[in-house]
Amino acid sequence: MDTQLDLWEVFIQGKSGGQFMHVGSVHASDKEMALKYARDLYTRRNEGSAIWVVLSTNIVASLPEDAEMFFDPANDKIYRHPTFYTMPEGALQI
Amino acid sequence: MEKNEALKKFLLRLGDNALIQGHRLSEWCSRGPMLEEDIALSNLALDNIGRAQAFLDYAGHFYTNPLSADDLAFKRSERQYFNFLMAELPVGHFGFTIAKQLYISAYEELLFEALTQSTDETIAAIAHKAVKEARYHFSHAADWCVRLGLGTAESHDKLGSAMTDLWAYTQEFFEMTDGDLLLLQLGIAPDQNQIKKVWTDKVNKVFMRAGYVMPAECYQYSGSQQGIHTEYLGHLLCEMQYLQRSHPQAAW
Repeated sequence: MDTQLDLWEVFIQGKSGGQFMHVGSVHASDKEMALKYARDLYTRRNEGSAIWVVLSTNIVASLPEDAEMFFDPANDKIYRHPTFYTMPEGALQI
Repeated sequence: MEKNEALKKFLLRLGDNALIQGHRLSEWCSRGPMLEEDIALSNLALDNIGRAQAFLDYAGHFYTNPLSADDLAFKRSERQYFNFLMAELPVGHFGFTIAKQLYISAYEELLFEALTQSTDETIAAIAHKAVKEARYHFSHAADWCVRLGLGTAESHDKLGSAMTDLWAYTQEFFEMTDGDLLLLQLGIAPDQNQIKKVWTDKVNKVFMRAGYVMPAECYQYSGSQQGIHTEYLGHLLCEMQYLQRSHPQAAW
C-alpha cells in the first residue's frame, strides 16, 4: 500500500509583496494538511509570510529531451540582453 | 489565601500543563506516522516546552528563595506537580494523541485568549504569544479529527473511543480553587465556568463535523489541583528528570 499520500510543491513568500520561491515538497492527503505541513516544515525559522501549495501533478514541466529544442536557440541571441545601452550616470542597474 | 501563593500555584499549573504535554508530544519524535506529521508533532512539543519555560520562570519568582524554570521542571516530584491528569496520560495511538490535543488545545485557546486581558502584565504577555500557538494546535487537532472521523471505519472507531475515554478527564480543566477565585476577583485569572460553556460548544462543533455525538456525562477524574496524579506521571518524571537527579548541577 502506498502510504506516502499525494505530493505537493511548496512556495514561500519571504516578505509581503515579494515573489514566491519554490522551497521543496510535502506529502499530504488534502489541501489543509499540505498547507500546515508546508508551514511546519518550511517556515519554522521565520522564512515566510505567505505559502502556496500546489499538487505536483498540476504542474506542467518541460521534458529533459526537449531541452535542446527549447533552450539552445536562445544561446546566440545576445542582443536580447539589454547590454547595448549606455548606463545613465549614477545608475547602478536598469 | 495570600495573593502571591495563589498566583504561584496558578502559574505552576499553567507551566506544568505545558511541560507535561510538551514531553508527551516529544515522545512522537521519530515515531510519527509519517515524516511530515513527525515534524508537526515535534513543533507542537516545542511550542509547549517554550511556554512551560515562560510560566515556570515567572512562577520561580514567587518562592522565598527564587527558583529557575529548570529547578522547577527537574527537581519537583509528582505531588508537587499540578498539570491536568489528561496531559500526563501516555500518548497511546495517533488518534488518542489527537483526541488529547483536541480537548486541551480547545481549552488553551480560550484560556489564553482570556489571559491576554489579565491584569498581570507578565501573564498577559505570555498569553499573547501562547494564544497564537494554541489556535494552531487546535486547528491541527480539529483537522485530524475530521479526517479520522470521516476516514475508514477503523479510524472512526479508534478516534471515537479515544474521545469517549478521555471525556472523563475533561471537567477537571474547569475546577477553580479558592486561590483561583481570588485571582478572578483581582482580574488576573478568568472565570473557568465561562470558558467551560464556550469550550463545550467549540468541541461539539468538531464532533459534528467529524461525524460523532458528544460523549454522555460520565464519572470524572480529579485530583491534580491537590497534586494527586495517575500512576503515569511518576514514570514520565523518572525519564524526564533522570539526568538532573543522577548528576545534580549538570550543565552544558
